[in-house]
Amino acid sequence: MSKKDLGLLILILVVGAIVAIINPRFLLPINLANTSNLIGLFGILSIGQAFVIITGGIELSVGSVVALLGTLFIDFIAVRGMGWPVAFVLILVLGAIIGLAHGWLITRLKLQPFVVTLCGLLIYRGVARFYTGDGTAGFAFGQNFPDLEFLTAGRSYGVPNSFIALIVISIVMWVVLHRSVFGRYLYAIGKNEEAAKYSGIRTGRVVIAAYVICGVLTALSAIYFAMYTRSISPASHGQFYELYAIAAAVLGGFSLRGGEGSLIGVILGTVLLQELQNLVNLLGIPSSLNFAVMGGVILIGVLVDQQWGVFRERRLMVDATRKSASGAAAE
Amino acid sequence: MNYSDTSIAATTPFLSLENVRKTYPGVVALDGFSMEVRPGEVIGLVGENGAGKSTLMKILGGVTKPDSGTITVDGTAHDRLSVEGSLGSGIAFVHQELNLFDNLDVAANIFFGREPLRAGPLRLVDRAKLRTMVAPLLKRVGANFSADTPVATLSLAQQQMVEIAKALSIEARLVILDEPTSSLPLAETDKLLDVIKALKADGISVIFISHRLHEVERVADRVVVLRDGMLAGTLPKSDIGHDQMVKLMIGRMLKEREKASEAARAPGATALAAKAIRTPAYPGRPVDLDVRRGEILGLAGLVGSGRTELARVFFGIDSKLGGALELDGKPLALASAADAVAQGIFLVPEDRKLTGILLDLSIAQNISLPNLPAHARRSLVSSSAETATAEKQKKDLGIKAPSVQTRTGTLSGGNQQKVVLGKWLAMNPKVMILDEPTRGIDIGAKAEIYGLMRALADAGVAVLMISSDMEEVIGVSDRIAVMHEGQISGILDKDRFSQENVLLLAVGKQPK
Repeated sequence: MSKKDLGLLILILVVGAIVAIINPRFLLPINLANTSNLIGLFGILSIGQAFVIITGGIELSVGSVVALLGTLFIDFIAVRGMGWPVAFVLILVLGAIIGLAHGWLITRLKLQPFVVTLCGLLIYRGVARFYTGDGTAGFAFGQNFPDLEFLTAGRSYGVPNSFIALIVISIVMWVVLHRSVFGRYLYAIGKNEEAAKYSGIRTGRVVIAAYVICGVLTALSAIYFAMYTRSISPASHGQFYELYAIAAAVLGGFSLRGGEGSLIGVILGTVLLQELQNLVNLLGIPSSLNFAVMGGVILIGVLVDQQWGVFRERRLMVDATRKSASGAAAE
Repeated sequence: MNYSDTSIAATTPFLSLENVRKTYPGVVALDGFSMEVRPGEVIGLVGENGAGKSTLMKILGGVTKPDSGTITVDGTAHDRLSVEGSLGSGIAFVHQELNLFDNLDVAANIFFGREPLRAGPLRLVDRAKLRTMVAPLLKRVGANFSADTPVATLSLAQQQMVEIAKALSIEARLVILDEPTSSLPLAETDKLLDVIKALKADGISVIFISHRLHEVERVADRVVVLRDGMLAGTLPKSDIGHDQMVKLMIGRMLKEREKASEAARAPGATALAAKAIRTPAYPGRPVDLDVRRGEILGLAGLVGSGRTELARVFFGIDSKLGGALELDGKPLALASAADAVAQGIFLVPEDRKLTGILLDLSIAQNISLPNLPAHARRSLVSSSAETATAEKQKKDLGIKAPSVQTRTGTLSGGNQQKVVLGKWLAMNPKVMILDEPTRGIDIGAKAEIYGLMRALADAGVAVLMISSDMEEVIGVSDRIAVMHEGQISGILDKDRFSQENVLLLAVGKQPK
């Protein structure tokens, strides 16, 4: 765990302690379970986003993909009578195809990630609304999927299974990002794509793979969100989720220029964001201020981090100058 | 400015530095350095990388504050200069990396931020007046282009002329040229040296920083040599010579250029063959070229003659528009650099910092990057394997760094270049292409890189060296191919090597 991550963890604990003192309900098991469920849902999404951001790209269509794939998933199992494991896999494949398409447009046709995924944001939202005739996708009365519901919205020993899923995915993705050859390629491309290419890395394929990973994880979270809300109105479902994911990555120390950030960072970023949401609810702050609180905290966090970096660099300089000066005096 | 009183002009320095000292964390960059520059004097400033030249420039530009010492400009003593103070007293810089807006025209660049305005509240630029202001400046630097030429269409030397015209526009009295010729081909270098002489004739002082010692020899009135932040010596005009400068720079005599053994080498079989290759830069001009095993083939020519573009095709970065490539007599298809690497064709690119290495990664991470799967078990990177490979290259190449975990961005140019070489040497090259391998590298490291190239050739590797440094091409190559406007204009064997022949071919004429 880097110093940056440690700082974020301390911030999370301090904010948590303050909220708990003001409103002890923060620590009630039901509140903690709800919050960790949301952390699980948003965390899966944010890890996907992090893989794209590390390459210096961005994925803006996440929220719309959550709406479209969530709608399709419910439609497949509730209306079309597809077996849920089949629908589950199909949705993941669709997520992969979306990622593949984005990656292909970006690397082969040289379009900018912002443009490609912005168009995706508009297109998938539109398709989702059209698919349901601007209605709501949901389950009929009495329709139950016990296994699926247990895996997505259930709990084990009081811990939401979505949170457990996040932990498993985090461990796997940590290894991929920080220990694997592929992870090293991602960082290299994010730092300097041209130099990576000149080192014989097939940069296009690696970038496409990052978008595919993002697509699959987004699809997975789309299923979790669908099973959490159990009914989806595609006009608003998942709106701004891409921004939650980007915010979590930025809070977690990712640079939007690419090549920087850690998996622990993005998880902690997600935790802090959900803690803030919870804080707004528990401290009786008008929920209309929700976004303003989030934006303010992210801004302060980034500012403190940046200023701290400047301060530390300066102190290092002063120390070293002093050392060399005293060394010179001793000679 | 009036220099009619030549006796005063000759005796009063425009600029003098006394006992200037500057330390950075862990390094003494300048250690009690003193020098002076008289009006109309051309000073050649030489020294190896890390000798303190950049620090000196930063102090003169007002960017860095010295720890102690005095800087006297035009008779006024200062503890330090500010950026405005430096500019205001007539010190102008022409940097190695040009600071021009290539989307604007020449006139707009020269008077950027100081444009003459038309009367009225809209503050519109008075374009007619701007042109009349720029014309005499361009004439003074001997420019053959007009004020409304877009900078993007100018050659590097012409862009440097724009920079110098910019310096003249602020009535500079001292122009500092930092490695101005390092990216210029020979013909253009001559133009630049003429401009320096013209500045001198106008009574303007020049500090000319260069690694190309024969150019320093040609223009300098006095040479100041820096070594380890100290004045290693000053050479008056009569004593300026290549060997003297080198001796002062490194503190000992060095046989700089490793001479190829005089015994004729038996040429090996052709490794890489280009058959009527057409590159995107010159689509209408096919190139035929054989690079043989065991030889260093020098590829000379003017900048823009298509050498780098050819190398990019050989390395699979650009796809060829026509023709065929062969490796060891077999057809070679390259869809990407990854394909070239898989075949053992490696490129040490021209732009080290942009394409050669990743400055934010460590030495070990850079060296293992092209061959990462071989440093991994079940797709997981093994840092011990990585470190072992890097340690070996660090030792073999003499990379100077605290450890292989050191970030490459903190290394000197020569050591960075060795890291680029190291990553390829760790994987058995068949064909090694080096594009300007010693540009901006100090003399000691240069000799080492020549030695490495020779060792590669001796081991049977086909070495293709692109270079604009005439001495280097002639001193290092076994054969020289010269390019002119996208085509090979001729190939010289060892017995016909001469600067004149290379130059004639480079401008498209027949050699003698």
